[in-house]
Amino acid sequence: MSVSKQDVFYVAHLARLRLNDEEAERLQGDLNDILGYMETLNELDTSNVEPLEHVIEQPAILRKDNPAEPLSHEDALKNAPDADSDYFRVPKVIE
Amino acid sequence: MDSKGSVDLFEEKVERYIGAIDAFEDYNIITGFDREQVRQRAREIRSKLETGSAGPLAGMVVAVKDVLCERGKKVTCSSETLRNFESVYTATSVQRLLDKDALLIARTNMDEFAMGSSTENSIFGPAKNPVNPEYVTGGSSGGSAAAVAADLCDVALGSDTGGSIRQPAAYCGVVGLKPSYGRVSRYGLVAFASSFDCVGPFAKTVEDAAMILQHLAGYDPMDQSSSQAPVPDYLSEIRSKKHLKIGIPGEYFAEGLDPEIRFAVEEQLRALEKEGHTLHPITLPHTNYAIATYYILATAEASSNLARYDGIRYGHRADADEMERRLKEGIDDRPTADIYSAGDSPLIRLYKQSRTEGFGDEVKRRILLGTYVLSKGYYDAYYGKAQRVRRLIQNDFSNAFREVDVIASPTAPTTAFKIGEKTQMKPMEMYLNDIYTISANLAGICGISVPLGTHSNGLPMGIQFQAASMHETDLLHAAKASESLGRS
Repeated sequence: MSVSKQDVFYVAHLARLRLNDEEAERLQGDLNDILGYMETLNELDTSNVEPLEHVIEQPAILRKDNPAEPLSHEDALKNAPDADSDYFRVPKVIE
Repeated sequence: MDSKGSVDLFEEKVERYIGAIDAFEDYNIITGFDREQVRQRAREIRSKLETGSAGPLAGMVVAVKDVLCERGKKVTCSSETLRNFESVYTATSVQRLLDKDALLIARTNMDEFAMGSSTENSIFGPAKNPVNPEYVTGGSSGGSAAAVAADLCDVALGSDTGGSIRQPAAYCGVVGLKPSYGRVSRYGLVAFASSFDCVGPFAKTVEDAAMILQHLAGYDPMDQSSSQAPVPDYLSEIRSKKHLKIGIPGEYFAEGLDPEIRFAVEEQLRALEKEGHTLHPITLPHTNYAIATYYILATAEASSNLARYDGIRYGHRADADEMERRLKEGIDDRPTADIYSAGDSPLIRLYKQSRTEGFGDEVKRRILLGTYVLSKGYYDAYYGKAQRVRRLIQNDFSNAFREVDVIASPTAPTTAFKIGEKTQMKPMEMYLNDIYTISANLAGICGISVPLGTHSNGLPMGIQFQAASMHETDLLHAAKASESLGRS
């Protein structure tokens, strides 16, 4: 499997990143280099191996559904790049 | 020592650390430091000490990696994305130290979002090794390791996703402990790869590391992956002597290991044998697959975790007015090969522009890699495969720990490298540096790096011990035994 420059632009789009031509070329090289190294995993037969999702096995722990103080309005908006007194502001979505 | 004397010593120490932080300013170790706040807090702790109401960590001065949230403080993760982000809550690990009256002195430099092995990927510039400023500190918790090594604090907190505590500890010549996955709450630790991330301490001695772990460890209702396993009394446990079965994995002494480091570790193991511990050759047959497995799973998790940085609720946002102007004027500098962005709405454009400006090269590389291995058609071949190999790697350790208490090895194949040396190379070169530390994160077990003297190049070396999940006591026993031999 080899990654094309088109693939890099496609994946960048999925990841919501913009790349220029030169970056896309460099990353194409990097990704092929790294993914090539990852091919070594194919030396292993894992057909009878269960995927490992949690490194520690423990039962789900439930808590009482007690009401608690949420984050205050002020705190929630504190780091907003753009906000009025009540809401986050974003650019117009409908053209 | 009378209490008046020790209280004076505490304030003298705080002033000495403040002076040292100033003296090391151009080492890029510290990212956030407010001396007046520190002095104010020192006075509060002093009055508690005087009235006898102080907690067990009063007198302890702690630096915190800039990835752990502290309410009212900047938490930057060394990223443009979070340059001006101020946390509105405090991480459990940090809160537990505060509650015991530790003094938090400063925030420390790191690789952006903890992605890196050198603390060069940072908006604050590369952290410099206090032993020799031409060399890296290691990473990603390089600032915390250097802060302890340069004597800017007593202990420091870091995070370890693939070796980010142990490797910089070895490079800077301090103790660095990665607890078992789930031993310490991750609440308030900015997420990189959630099934790997661990919070742990750096210290000058194994006992200090044990003491900090004591207060960090334990179940936290705010972190569903934190363990309910009881927390032993580490300090009293390790003050009694224990003869350990020490496993030596052949795979960790193979090609690529610096011969002097190899010799130092082997000599240390022979010395431990003379102290009554026993040495056992073991095998961890899937070691060579660990790096590939890790960089599939960790980047996949990272691509998902870092999706939250969209510039809407917090974090860097691109100039929306400028974007709108360009859109109106029909300016489009999108490369012609990028056919996918054609239909982007203004909001999607804002996401893309904000993220593109906010993230550095290594973070973008890992997000793209993680997105690729999770994308349709490749998921099973990469992500699914890596999850299966992860189990094989965990099984290697489970088998080994049926025979031995701890596993000994070098922490890293080399000493610290020169600043800039590896950033010129292919990214794989940097990734291969994690070979001895990365498996512990895949398996969820604990590990520690202890100083092991100085290489002929003048830089510190480290020996690593690993122990089974939740067996930090064995880990600390081994670390203390090694430290007691006096080669640190």
